[in-house]
Amino acid sequence: MKVSLQGLSWSARQRIIVDDVTLEIASGETFGLVGANGSGKSTLLRLIAGLMPRARGEVQLNGTPMSRLSRREVAQNLALVEQHADTDEALTARDAAELGRTPWLSALRPFGPADSAIVDQALEMVGMSHMADAAWDTLSGGERQRIHIARALAQQPGVLLLDEPTNHLDIHHQLSLLQLVRSLPVTVILALHDLNQAMECDRLGVMQGGRLIACGPPQEVLDPALLAQSFRVGARVLTDSHDSARLFRFHCIED
Amino acid sequence: MKLASPHNARHPVGGLALLCWWLGGMLLLMMAILLGVIIGETPLPLDTVAAVFANNLWNASYPVERIDAGIIWNYRLPRTLVAAACGAGLALSGVVLQALIRNALADPYLLGVSAGASTGAVAVTILGVGGGALGISSGAFIGAILAFSLVAALARAAGGGSAQLVLAGIAGSQLFNALTSFFVAKSANAEQARGIMFWLLGNLSGVRWPDVSLAVPAAIFGLVVCLWYIRAMDAFAFGARSAAALGVHVRRVQLVLIGAVTLMTATMVSLVGSIGFVGLVIPHVVRMLTGPRHAQLVPVAALAGAVFLIAADIASRLLIPGQVVAIGVVTALVGAPGFAVILIRNRRRS
Ligand SMILES: Nc1ncnc2c1ncn2[C@@H]1O[C@H](COP(=O)(O)OP(=O)(O)O)[C@@H](O)[C@H]1O
Ligand SMILES: [Mg+2]
Repeated sequence: MKVSLQGLSWSARQRIIVDDVTLEIASGETFGLVGANGSGKSTLLRLIAGLMPRARGEVQLNGTPMSRLSRREVAQNLALVEQHADTDEALTARDAAELGRTPWLSALRPFGPADSAIVDQALEMVGMSHMADAAWDTLSGGERQRIHIARALAQQPGVLLLDEPTNHLDIHHQLSLLQLVRSLPVTVILALHDLNQAMECDRLGVMQGGRLIACGPPQEVLDPALLAQSFRVGARVLTDSHDSARLFRFHCIED
Repeated sequence: MKLASPHNARHPVGGLALLCWWLGGMLLLMMAILLGVIIGETPLPLDTVAAVFANNLWNASYPVERIDAGIIWNYRLPRTLVAAACGAGLALSGVVLQALIRNALADPYLLGVSAGASTGAVAVTILGVGGGALGISSGAFIGAILAFSLVAALARAAGGGSAQLVLAGIAGSQLFNALTSFFVAKSANAEQARGIMFWLLGNLSGVRWPDVSLAVPAAIFGLVVCLWYIRAMDAFAFGARSAAALGVHVRRVQLVLIGAVTLMTATMVSLVGSIGFVGLVIPHVVRMLTGPRHAQLVPVAALAGAVFLIAADIASRLLIPGQVVAIGVVTALVGAPGFAVILIRNRRRS
């Protein structure tokens, strides 16, 4: 599913948080958002999901303005995994994943075996089938994160928005999550803070002070000058002799 | 891949199983109602009760004492039916408010809705607000809406969290209770004042058939609305924004559900006064049985609320021989310790 953003902006208390972001993301693309803390990545993802009040600009899904879709239709096409989403309810992991079926159900179309199969499959994809019956408050941060992703997959969306999905995950699950996300036949927009992981994306957008200051293939976008400017780090590029992949090694620049 | 798990046991989704559950629930409710009719200061034998029911429902003509027939049909049955409807309505109100506000303390009593409804009802009866055009129930409804709007506005001004809402609710309850007392002191005569104070604590003794025709439809309406929105209430588990991301039209759901809660609370308060702790305690107890999913929580909480309030009504008639204790006193005597237990249990879990 193709996603186009036109002049997306959002401000709070006279402060511009996201500033006029215009962007086209192709169907099936894995698009990474990078930027320092507070640069507006999470807000931009929520704007794309249509969840911010008083938003300016437009989001189009396959050329249809999202404002013409109902909330339910939006949720059938687009799933968001937020950074901090927690509950006090005594849910099981599977209960939480089943919430992903919400946009497909109604009082007249109850949860059925087909939905159950979709949820099973989503749990399988994030490697959480064996913990389906665990209580939410006994799950670790990483396990909760994977359940949130299973919930988003159970929505069967065309667009998946992930806000720093590799936070809390151990290194194995970080890598397998990124691999999973890249292999899905859906458009993925994800905020990342690990720049070496960001190198795996098809394209990257760099956020700074709410603006999209650079956008393109990772090798072109992440050059040492930009890293110094927007992340305030010095970077040396190393090349892995095994597959000639590029890696960064960072050091702090004092200012 | 599919595991036989306690989780699956919690989802008897099969049509037949579901029917059995509903029938079982109905049976339980009927039994409670029957007990509510039989038990009282003068216990009436089952065959008398059966005869009176047959006489009234099917025009049968079994010989029954006039007084017994009157007690059963005009006094105990309407009273028990209203108790059931109120219990169901209050428990459902608690379920809805706890789901939407995401706070274990949310219930119509603590959020000031009941207090607002009392003020509205008193304003209509004593001050004559509305000049006779407004019934007590409409007065209570307007009072309940005003109270909740005020509480919501105050919570928003205080930063808008769920803790703020509960605190604002406490302030709102105090304000509206004070207003009620003020109206009573200003305009009621001594006898009226006594009556109102007794009614405010929750009192079913004046209930007759016309009250049934308000309370039962209000409770059934509330139940249907809640059943319609079980998925939406589930989706609030991770907060309102997450519900919106799952396709829930948050504003509409909040408006409809809170509207239903205000309607139920106002109806119940205008009939029997404000009864605390049912909306708070019943949903928590039921959650321990059914888990947090609303497909099970909503119907079971309605049933449990109904049965609980019938039992409380029976207790209020028997507790002190020769005297009726206000039903609100009974629910508080049971509910307050019950709630303490829940608080402690929840702390242990987290
Ligand atoms: N609702 C809000 N009201 C006011 N400021 C906000 C709000 N949401 C986010 N911000 C501010 O916007 C900036 C960007 O936040 P965010 O999008 O979370 O950044 P990132 O995800 O890149 O770290 C932060 O400085 C944050 O304080
Ligand atoms: Mg963020």
